[in-house]
Amino acid sequence: MIFKLIVKNIFRHKLRALLTILGIAVAVMSFGLLRTIISTWYSGSNNAAPDRLITRQAVSFVFPLPLADMQQIERVPGVKAVSYENWFGGVYIDSKHFFSRFAVDADNIFTLYPEYMIPPDQLTAFKNDRDGCIIGQKLAEQYNFKIGDIIQLTGDIYPGQWQFVVRGIYKGSKPSVEETAMFFHWDYLNEYLVKNNPGRANNVGWYVVQINNPNDAAQVSAAIDNLFLNSNAETKTETEKAFAQSFVSMSSAIITSLQIVSYVIIGIIFLVLANTMVMTARERIREYAVLKTLGFTAGHLVTIIAGESLSIAIIGGAIGIILTFPICIGFGKAFAMFFPAMVMEPMTFILAGGFAIIIGILAAVFPAERAASIKIVDGLRQVG
Amino acid sequence: MAEPIVQVKNVTKVYKRDSMQIPVLQKLSLDVPEGEFLALMGPSGSGKTTLLNLIAGIDRPTSGSISVAGTDIATLSESSLAKWRSQHVGFVFQFYNLLPVLTAYENVELPLLLTKLSKQEKKQHVETALGVVGLADRMKHYPKQLSGGQEQRVAIARAIVTDPTIIVADEPTGDLDKKSAEDILALMEQLNKEFKKTIVMVTHDPHAAERAHKVLHLEKGELIN
Repeated sequence: MIFKLIVKNIFRHKLRALLTILGIAVAVMSFGLLRTIISTWYSGSNNAAPDRLITRQAVSFVFPLPLADMQQIERVPGVKAVSYENWFGGVYIDSKHFFSRFAVDADNIFTLYPEYMIPPDQLTAFKNDRDGCIIGQKLAEQYNFKIGDIIQLTGDIYPGQWQFVVRGIYKGSKPSVEETAMFFHWDYLNEYLVKNNPGRANNVGWYVVQINNPNDAAQVSAAIDNLFLNSNAETKTETEKAFAQSFVSMSSAIITSLQIVSYVIIGIIFLVLANTMVMTARERIREYAVLKTLGFTAGHLVTIIAGESLSIAIIGGAIGIILTFPICIGFGKAFAMFFPAMVMEPMTFILAGGFAIIIGILAAVFPAERAASIKIVDGLRQVG
Repeated sequence: MAEPIVQVKNVTKVYKRDSMQIPVLQKLSLDVPEGEFLALMGPSGSGKTTLLNLIAGIDRPTSGSISVAGTDIATLSESSLAKWRSQHVGFVFQFYNLLPVLTAYENVELPLLLTKLSKQEKKQHVETALGVVGLADRMKHYPKQLSGGQEQRVAIARAIVTDPTIIVADEPTGDLDKKSAEDILALMEQLNKEFKKTIVMVTHDPHAAERAHKVLHLEKGELIN
């Protein structure tokens, strides 16, 4: 009967209850979306393989390393394989059409990145074509690229008009692997530099180093960096995860802002529900006095009010959590180039649900205290 | 003469409003015998509702003692007093005070939620109470679907469903038309005569007071007869 009273009270003012529930749902959904964006931001570093190291210029990754370093790195004990990459930049159509473009060691880069799954015939075709490139599935879908299509880029870091033939399309081995990058032959880039800008030729952006045992990452990193101490291009070697996190940390202010906003939203949920519960309790003071007259205790009233508040919060929270899925998927599709794979973590939903419950309880505190403490004779005088 | 079921001794009630002290009852003493139908009359502010509230245990005296069925209710804790009210007092208010989201049946059932009766026993009690007030066919109706007189009858059913020691009624006909008021008074008379219920009723209406065995008048916090 108490439960029935709670349910009937929730929907006594249907419009108000509906708006409150919707308000909570939208807030929980927004919280879930922001947390998912943050998770996705970090997902690159979470996808990093523990057996891969990145060796880059010690000053900054924007400065290149000599190709000649490769042989020395290969000889370091614990190193299994070495490959290299170079950020190309460039513009496709215009600057709004952004996707990552890398000049890579075509012979073995995909051996070191098994999460990029490429049909063997396409990989062979790529290796055999100096102008060839491999692109991600999502990138292909977005621009309707097919095998054999030509992608024309305007160079910025490396000026000129560049043409690449699509020879392969890769898929990620799991949903969190991005599928929006483009890879082409480093040799193709280097040939151009040898002819047109020899001073920049025979350099790579960074080395990808695969090691035998992830537990040896620190020793192998130190050994590599020791090789190039006091050279013109000292190196900094770190795990792929640390390398990826260094990019994330560049946007730490934005991430922090998003985190703050996500908690502000929780505050808004609280205010929305607290306002509803305060109005509700004020309107029903006379009823609470009647219940007390009949012998109901303060504890009963707290149960009725907290039950109503908690129920509204849970209904709104549940709707919000359910809505988070399509919103995140839609957001991921709309901004696929920036968020290649939206990562919806269970902790986000646990937090959203947990906050909804806590807020449901907190919002009932003031009205429950008021209802519990009001004198019967004063309550009966209230006009409902 | 039956033993008094309500004994009010030297009760004083003073309300505090900010720094002001407003005396409402002054050293008032009163006995109500078991089975009595007592009407309290008096002008507004005379203290009759305050006296009713004190007897019903929903307010506490500033001084003095109030005993109902042998229990000094002024000394009970809040939780004990709440339990005592649920077992010994049936309330009838001027404005019925039914919960609008509950049906007539559910409103009458409310006081029984505090008892250990089984679901079936509760059902029997509720149906009996609604039968006594003549609303057995309206038990699924919500208050807004009932007339004022019917609402008050539901309120009376709620008051008697626990078979309380006394029934207190504060202006039970004050919000009703003449015909409905007559029906309610007849019902209360029936409860007193047939079911031997002790009733203390506050009223402004001399016709309502005529139904009582005894009429007491209050003025400025004192009984004047």
